[in-house]
Amino acid sequence: MLHDRDRIFTNLYGFHSPDLQAAKMRGAWDGTKFLLEKGRDWIIDEMKASGLRGRGGAGFPTGLKWSFMPKQSDGRPHYLVVNADESEPGTCKDREIMRNDPHLLVEGCLIASFAMGAHAAYIYIRGEYIAEKHALQRAVDEAYAAGLIGKNNIHGYPFDLYVHHGAGAYICGEETALIESMEGKKGMPRLKPPFPANMGLYGCPTTVNNVESIAVAGTILRRGASWFSGIGRPNNVGTKLFCVSGHVNKPCNVEEAMGLTFRELIDTHCGGIRGGWDNLLAVIPGGSSVPCVPADQIIDAPMDFDTLRNLRSGLGTAAVIVMDKSTDIVRAIARISYFYKHESCGQCTPCREGTGWMWRVLNRMAEGRAQKREIDMLLEVSTQIEGHTICALGDAAAWPVQGLIRHFRHEIEKRIDDYAANPHSESVMIAAE
Amino acid sequence: MAKIIVDGVEVDVPAEYTLLQAAEAAGAEVPRFCYHERLSIAGNCRMCLVEVKGAPKPVASCAWGVRDCRPGPNGEPPEISTKSPTVKKAREGVMEFLLINHPLDCPICDQGGQCDLQDQAMAYGVDTSRFHENKRAVTDKYLGPLVRTSMNRCIHCTRCVRFTAEVAGVPDMGALWRGEDMEITSYLEKALGSELQANIADLCPVGALTHKPESFHFRPWELTKTDSVDVMDAVGSSIRVDSRGREVMRILPRVNEAVNEEWITDKTRQIVDGLRLQRLDRPFVRENGRLRPASWQEAFATIAAKVKGTDAKKIGAIVGDLAAVEEMFALKLLMQSLGVRNIDARQDGTVLSPTHGRGSYLFNTTIAGIEDADAILIVGSNPRLEASLVNVRIRKRWRAAPPPIALIGENADLTYPYEYLGSGPETLAELAGGRHSFIEKLRAAERPLIIVGQGALVRPDGLAILSAVASLARDVGAVKNGWNGFSVLHTAASRVGALDLGLVPGEGGLTTQQMAQGGVEVLFNLGADEIDIAPGAFVIYQGTHGDRGAHRADVILPAATYTEKSGTYVNTEGRVQLANRAAFAPGEAREDWAILRALSDVLGHRLPFDSLNALRAKLYAAHPHFAAIDRVQPADTASAIQALAGLGGAPGREAFTSPVKDFYLTNPIARASGVMAECSALARQLKLEAAE
Amino acid sequence: MAVRKLAPEEMQPESFSFSSETEAFAEQQIAKYPPGRQASAVIPLLWKAQEQAGGWLPRKAIEAVATRLDMPFIRVMEVATFYTMFNLEPVGQYFIQFCGTTPCVLRGAGDIKKVLEKRIGEQNHVTADGKFSWLEVECLGACCNAPMVQINDDYYEDLTTENFEKLLDDLAAGRPVKTGSQIGRNRSEPFEAVNTLQDPSLYDGSQIGAWRKRFEEQAQPAATGEAAAAAASIPQDVKAAKPTAGRAIESEAADTPAKRAKEGETPVNPVDQKEAGDPSVATKGKSHTEEGAQAAPQSSKSYVASPGKDAVPTSPTTPEAGTPLAQAETRRDGSESKPGVVVDKDNKTS
Repeated sequence: MLHDRDRIFTNLYGFHSPDLQAAKMRGAWDGTKFLLEKGRDWIIDEMKASGLRGRGGAGFPTGLKWSFMPKQSDGRPHYLVVNADESEPGTCKDREIMRNDPHLLVEGCLIASFAMGAHAAYIYIRGEYIAEKHALQRAVDEAYAAGLIGKNNIHGYPFDLYVHHGAGAYICGEETALIESMEGKKGMPRLKPPFPANMGLYGCPTTVNNVESIAVAGTILRRGASWFSGIGRPNNVGTKLFCVSGHVNKPCNVEEAMGLTFRELIDTHCGGIRGGWDNLLAVIPGGSSVPCVPADQIIDAPMDFDTLRNLRSGLGTAAVIVMDKSTDIVRAIARISYFYKHESCGQCTPCREGTGWMWRVLNRMAEGRAQKREIDMLLEVSTQIEGHTICALGDAAAWPVQGLIRHFRHEIEKRIDDYAANPHSESVMIAAE
Repeated sequence: MAKIIVDGVEVDVPAEYTLLQAAEAAGAEVPRFCYHERLSIAGNCRMCLVEVKGAPKPVASCAWGVRDCRPGPNGEPPEISTKSPTVKKAREGVMEFLLINHPLDCPICDQGGQCDLQDQAMAYGVDTSRFHENKRAVTDKYLGPLVRTSMNRCIHCTRCVRFTAEVAGVPDMGALWRGEDMEITSYLEKALGSELQANIADLCPVGALTHKPESFHFRPWELTKTDSVDVMDAVGSSIRVDSRGREVMRILPRVNEAVNEEWITDKTRQIVDGLRLQRLDRPFVRENGRLRPASWQEAFATIAAKVKGTDAKKIGAIVGDLAAVEEMFALKLLMQSLGVRNIDARQDGTVLSPTHGRGSYLFNTTIAGIEDADAILIVGSNPRLEASLVNVRIRKRWRAAPPPIALIGENADLTYPYEYLGSGPETLAELAGGRHSFIEKLRAAERPLIIVGQGALVRPDGLAILSAVASLARDVGAVKNGWNGFSVLHTAASRVGALDLGLVPGEGGLTTQQMAQGGVEVLFNLGADEIDIAPGAFVIYQGTHGDRGAHRADVILPAATYTEKSGTYVNTEGRVQLANRAAFAPGEAREDWAILRALSDVLGHRLPFDSLNALRAKLYAAHPHFAAIDRVQPADTASAIQALAGLGGAPGREAFTSPVKDFYLTNPIARASGVMAECSALARQLKLEAAE
Repeated sequence: MAVRKLAPEEMQPESFSFSSETEAFAEQQIAKYPPGRQASAVIPLLWKAQEQAGGWLPRKAIEAVATRLDMPFIRVMEVATFYTMFNLEPVGQYFIQFCGTTPCVLRGAGDIKKVLEKRIGEQNHVTADGKFSWLEVECLGACCNAPMVQINDDYYEDLTTENFEKLLDDLAAGRPVKTGSQIGRNRSEPFEAVNTLQDPSLYDGSQIGAWRKRFEEQAQPAATGEAAAAAASIPQDVKAAKPTAGRAIESEAADTPAKRAKEGETPVNPVDQKEAGDPSVATKGKSHTEEGAQAAPQSSKSYVASPGKDAVPTSPTTPEAGTPLAQAETRRDGSESKPGVVVDKDNKTS
């Protein structure tokens, strides 16, 4: 288990106060000015050296992303936008940061903005997080009042931080859709290039980062890139918030080292699988967007980007959705398919038309009301969506279906056989409990 | 320029080209739905996916720039493939997705035969459907009298939304909801408030938006296509007239970068029913106060009897807005041979005249030239109503990078923001006197453009105003080497041609107004329907529709509309264009020049030509520039504005008002059209609602 | 899973104007954005208007927001219909958003849904007394506390049919209710089994400033290769021993396990390793958990595996990877509705 001393989010469970004074006692805002005085290049180099990979799902190196921002402003302001539109099913980590440890985020915003020459930053929080929005706003107000941020602050770097909120659209978690939404439009992803680092918010250079990526920045800089990169496995370093939900005895959020095995994660923090390890059916290891992994492959797999990619899944947001053998896996994935159909923005053809198609076919398959040849057709439809869309939502909609067919084709076939044998029966199982 | 290899063919294209353009340059066809050259890039249909060597997944070629491609490891040019198996598969996939919710109603769809989806499904799709769910049903939307919707067919390319927002400049349309429930509609399904709205049905790549007035009337392959020009305003948009048998079925825009790009106004397009209704199809003679049908011989005899007994000083001729150069030339020759000096083609009373030089009445900048202007002043015009496509160019210029734009006249919505300086000649004087900051912007501009409309010129003090505008243009350097920023905007298709011919009163001759107010005893009216003729005079009306002119006529000579004759028109720029015959005039109606030729025989002053070609030979001999079809003969504007500026005069105080009061009803053809009447009523209603 | 639509005409109020509170809110929101970018405030304003109108957005409210922000009606209507939190039809006094996505379903959201159907009826249907209506929504981001619902502004988590029925009873009777977890959980910790974040030294301020030691050490002349490498990554440090000092260096010079491995050193930073193994700085008081809860054993396994692959990360967000960002040309005008690229096909005439 990760040592408590190596944990960044020391108030993850909200047992202590989130306010400024308590946060300072926990080490937030400690020597921020000293860090800024080390200079932009030092911060970016240190972030690169830390090996931090973005915590929003795609795992792009954070320091590298920061370095894409123009070194010199061409007259346009630079912006940092923090993506707090946490909507990936299974993911609930940023919520805990914002309501329990908001000052780590506020401080991170200042540091990151400084590193990329931004004097204004926006935190885009999902609309449903109303209490979290207030908690975050309180922290921002505290920081303003204490002169930590603002036009004229003790750090000598004019910086404004604003909290902006959405209104219910998963797609706004995509960085360009988020920017569109911030500009007061529908959250429809933009075509890239140009990338936000060139043409982002209001046409200005912009970097969009996940809450967790920004919130860990202060601690990484204080304790050093080598500390952070010393945790975990090569290329998959540092600590990470895992959100474990589903069929475990104690679902929880927990900060752990990257690369601990699934078994350790569950046994150490989640009280084991409901009904014991033998009862495990499959795991979705990185939020609903990644394919599920069957029990035998996941149990001893290290939870990191590369291992899970090799298992043809992904770490994503590290939202671990555990399913035991009572789960109707077809229906569970069908429900995820519905999610993507519901959240597709409708802009580009494959996703708009394909997500609904997949959901409808899967829904029939969950009842068994389908032909076996449709399984291959469904797989092909999913590959026709994947990679053909403007943003990654198409991929995210296709992957869970592909994962289901890859590992649980037999289950679908059985369902179809059962239905064919008894075509007048009620649907086989009602819910995915 | 950048090198790129398309399907193994290396081409050299500008670096800012998109891959789609580069592929076209290399001769490779790339299917597309949402992409349109004149609209912003949406990249949403995904039909144009191509494979870029080195990229992990296919990219949308419409949105990917050549310069965004990475060269090969040894500096080879980037390589794309539009024919690889990956691309083929991707296209089949997109095609299938587009078709799963598209209804199978091609047999009853007006787009059939001219449908991008149909064509591309044949070329790039697969032959069967694997979709066994229910197709999506979407309620149809009301978008006004011009566009019929069938929203089940919509493929969400958003061309219509982009057109209305970007080109037409009215944010009326949008896409509500999201995902597969996304629906294209106008706000609360109100009729669209644009005079260009029917273009969205042209843009629609499927049958979701079709033209309502012509729906279910024909199949595109039944039609005979004739290239022509439009006469509804002085822009002279390039059109294609499609006819079946002797009837015109529809009018479509033709691409003409110099004039209308590929848009036309709703009036240009939808007066088709006006070409059929209220037509004069035989001669009439007034007897005992009533018009009765007559034969051509009777009509000519009546005229001859009247003309022979009248002094040439008491004979006059006026010309309407839709006349072609040929008949005006014939009329001029006829009047000359009768010794008549009372001839005037300016029924609106504009002060423009060839005496100040051709540069004094042309839109010298040219329509395409608007895009080069870096400051624009509009005087006494509402270009949106008077010449919608000129307005589209100004908006296009504004969108590219907003130049300073100001207006003196009616404070109207022109679809782009402008500085409103004031309403009348006094403001113009203030501006010229340097008491307005905008003068600095004009002076600072390298290529200032001053547009003066008929609202400033069709008034008693018009010449003084024209003089003031000319001197302003001279002062700000609007006319100089390499730039001509003095532009007169006309509203009538016939006007520039008439001025080129010199159809203005000769020495001692009477103007249109004087003639109409009783200055002559015999008035020959060649299609002037926008003017009231006082009782008393004997009026010979040669025209096409039972409109104002015909009601006041003593003899009616039925003539041909612009779709029924071959005629030359000169647009506001001075561009000479040819309208071609697409159909035949109804009943006994004849082409105008032939009527005048026949009449001249009866009057004993036989015109010296027996065919249109002979007429044109004479015309070109007298006025060589008419032979240069589709070209603009530049005029000497510098001396023209020098001359105008020297006229001086004291303008009045009255505000400028646009001569176009109702965009949809500006000429007899439009007034005969039921579609235009409906549009007009709707526009009035929208205006009332907006005023609330 | 309901089809959204605009409320029928007879339900729409005749007019809507901002209350003074809403107007004050609007001003405050608009001030957050650069001048001329007031459209950015459209979501907050629609939100506030929805609050003022009683939980849903009448058409007139949409128009009022559009007018306030100088936006065309249709653009605001697009926004109001795109985002699902805008209710376009009236809702109950207690508007229940029920999370029906897979993580909640796995924990029994189906039973909660049955309760809702039994007590309130169909989705989007307001009870006769006007008190309740409900809607199935997608993941509300409280998956570790599943199943859950959001009632008006608040989350109610860790629901069971029993405690949810009671919650509804209390709301109906106007009794005070507890927001958040309904089983007494604090936040999203493992319920009654917390075994992390127990070290009191994390909270007593004793850690403040401890990290500065590292910088003080680095300020000394570099003694080890490791320190020199670290120093080299600080361009400002002109005293660094290596000649590369003073110029910005990519992560190559920084201290990563992969780098260390490449240099034949132990991949773990020796200092870190030492510190990690030092019981004096490691987790303290790990058995200070609540009664009965077992402290999980500290793993003996090192998470720092031996390096194999090279450390250059892949870049899944930029699979197009064509152009370095800094070189991509600016092509978007940013002024119009779609962030499209306006292409000049070089067919300008004149």
